[in-house]
Amino acid sequence: MAEPIPPKERYRREPREMKEQDPKERIHNFNEVPLGFSTEDAIYEAQRCLECKTAPCVKGCPAEVKIPEFIDLIVKEDFAGAYQKILETNSLPAVCGRVCPQETQCQGNCVFNRTGKPINIGKLERFVADYARNNDIRPQAIVAPKKNKKIAIVGSGPAGLTCASDLVKAGYDVTIFEALHRAGGVLVYGIPEFRLPKNIIDHEIEGIKAMGVNIVTDFVVGETKSLDEIADEFDGVFVANGAGSPKFMGIPGENLNDVYSANEFLTRSNLMKAYLFPEYDTPIKIGKKVAVIGGGNVTMDSARTALRLGAEEVHVVYRRTKAESPARVEEVEHAEEEGVIFDWLTLPVRVLGDEKGNVTGMECIRMELGEPDASGRRRPVPIEGSNFVMECDQVIDAIGTQANPLVKADGMEKNERGYILVDEVSKATTRKGIFAGGDIARGSATVILAIGDAKKAAQAISATI
Amino acid sequence: MYKIESKIKYAEGLYGIWVDAQYVAEKVEPGQFVMVMTHEKGERIPLTIADYDRSGKKIFLVFLVAGKSTAQLADMNEGDELFSLVGPLGKQSEIENYGRVVCVGGGTGIAAIHPIARSLKEAGNEVISIIGAKNKGLIFMEEDIRKVSDKVIVTTDDGSYGRKGFVTDALKDLLDNDEEEDIARVWAVGPAIMMKNVALLTRGYNVKTIVSLNAIMVDATGMCGTCRVTVGEETKLTCVDGPEFDGHLVDWSEFMNRLMRYKPQEKIAMDLYMKRRQ
Repeated sequence: MAEPIPPKERYRREPREMKEQDPKERIHNFNEVPLGFSTEDAIYEAQRCLECKTAPCVKGCPAEVKIPEFIDLIVKEDFAGAYQKILETNSLPAVCGRVCPQETQCQGNCVFNRTGKPINIGKLERFVADYARNNDIRPQAIVAPKKNKKIAIVGSGPAGLTCASDLVKAGYDVTIFEALHRAGGVLVYGIPEFRLPKNIIDHEIEGIKAMGVNIVTDFVVGETKSLDEIADEFDGVFVANGAGSPKFMGIPGENLNDVYSANEFLTRSNLMKAYLFPEYDTPIKIGKKVAVIGGGNVTMDSARTALRLGAEEVHVVYRRTKAESPARVEEVEHAEEEGVIFDWLTLPVRVLGDEKGNVTGMECIRMELGEPDASGRRRPVPIEGSNFVMECDQVIDAIGTQANPLVKADGMEKNERGYILVDEVSKATTRKGIFAGGDIARGSATVILAIGDAKKAAQAISATI
Repeated sequence: MYKIESKIKYAEGLYGIWVDAQYVAEKVEPGQFVMVMTHEKGERIPLTIADYDRSGKKIFLVFLVAGKSTAQLADMNEGDELFSLVGPLGKQSEIENYGRVVCVGGGTGIAAIHPIARSLKEAGNEVISIIGAKNKGLIFMEEDIRKVSDKVIVTTDDGSYGRKGFVTDALKDLLDNDEEEDIARVWAVGPAIMMKNVALLTRGYNVKTIVSLNAIMVDATGMCGTCRVTVGEETKLTCVDGPEFDGHLVDWSEFMNRLMRYKPQEKIAMDLYMKRRQ
């Protein structure tokens, strides 16, 4: 067992960085970029934690993970105990340890931000989850007595999985309906292998199934059965089908052959494993010069995927600057290291193609920053007469997603953009017995916010159904 | 799960299968389709539902071997199970009593037109069906079509059966002889070029024509956008807004270009499969 170190030493000790695959290597494979902590790394980092009584880190976590407690168990080398501690509130630690924006949540609240050296909480969470997976440590499900109530969950993404595991622990019979052939939602179709290996998701889902959650794949709520029918058959419903409809710019040429939505590009590569074609049957276009439109995490995922598939040159085309980009700093940095070219302050106005529908280029206009807009960011304004043609043979629209309209029910109200209206605390919709959370209720956001919603909904369901 | 109950070989490369699919069989209406994966590493491909047996919880699918995925499906036999099957997807056909309607089915489109013709007949329409294929061997489900039609015209490109020529030739004659102008609507399902030609023809007669687009799809729930098509001035998703659209409003050149997107990869996959299969 490692010893705690004196507080002075905790202040002095430098954070342990996580090793990463070399950018030159990694652009030729889909293996994970950060390589994980060794046991020694984890303990060394964990010993830095001050174990603040007020735990500001926990307040920054939508899943309310008991952070100081699991870090303390790492110091004590009780990694299995640390795993169970995290699982008390979060069923997806291997996922959250990788894809949460910790810098604005738990780590963002760490008192060590004063010295610029916050504890690497996400990396520690990942270490614990990976340790559990590699040592076949299973969740200790503490399941309450059966309530004999049936809850249906629409969608098996982070919100659906979280709500399901919280409710099954509370004694409900839980069935998740998933439209695709594989559970995981955005975790399997959206986030690339090099950020979130799919076997990790499968392992966390296996754990949730082992607790008794029933997952029905190949079932599209809204088509196979309507939400009204599901609501009649179950005592309660949690809708978490995501915001998985693609948005396009609405510029001429967007229906040319080589224009993809990020959803299509990433679904082909991630869910259908087109990056392993022809071992897997689903094809994907491998462009020579690829333009990815947008500035968010999905933009970075698309650009980095295009590089790994074999593109010679990948450009990110964004109408604002790096400072306004909604992507995590880490994602932009990874993309830069890998050689993605950033065309900031550039707005596409038209995709150009030949008579067979092949993309030959994209006309863009240069932008400059004007006055702040409603989002508080300086509004990009076109510079008149600055149009130019960017040569490219593939375009990927990664400008965001919108609500999928398939899931609807009598009396369940939506806002003008198609998102389901919910009570902020209980996540109840305007239809009794139906709750909703994640992107379909809040608009496109993060995995961890979806998890937070799911936990609130599970609490409200437990209290009322 | 999705067991193949029976398999019919109509001709070389042309098959029909009855598949166990409880949820789909309970709910399916004419015009809808399913997404199918033969195995875990397979593609998700759309197949139109040709018939269904609600009490027997089965659906009937017809396919022509056109690439690796359909070749693999053709290699499956009674008792085998599909890896994935989901549906029913897409909007159902707008069935009403229009009066006199023409249902045109070409190639595997003969299968797809069958439940549409049946529902139109049940709704009180006078149904004239035109079914066509390259040759006699590729004409199938003729009896099923006859049962649900008031009149059936069969065409083959080579004249080996029925009338020699294309379905559009037979349709043109019908429209030319339709002096009362009482053909209210045409449905056309088949290869893109056939649907395009039917739409071009009927536009001249101002007869509303519904086509069922066989776009490339991945999830088929409105998530990926690969099946988008311009209809009128708008971009529509074939999977959730279709698959049936007004044929006079479809941007056919865009649609047909988009169907060609993966031809090189499809050939690589097919060649490799055929080599391994030997």
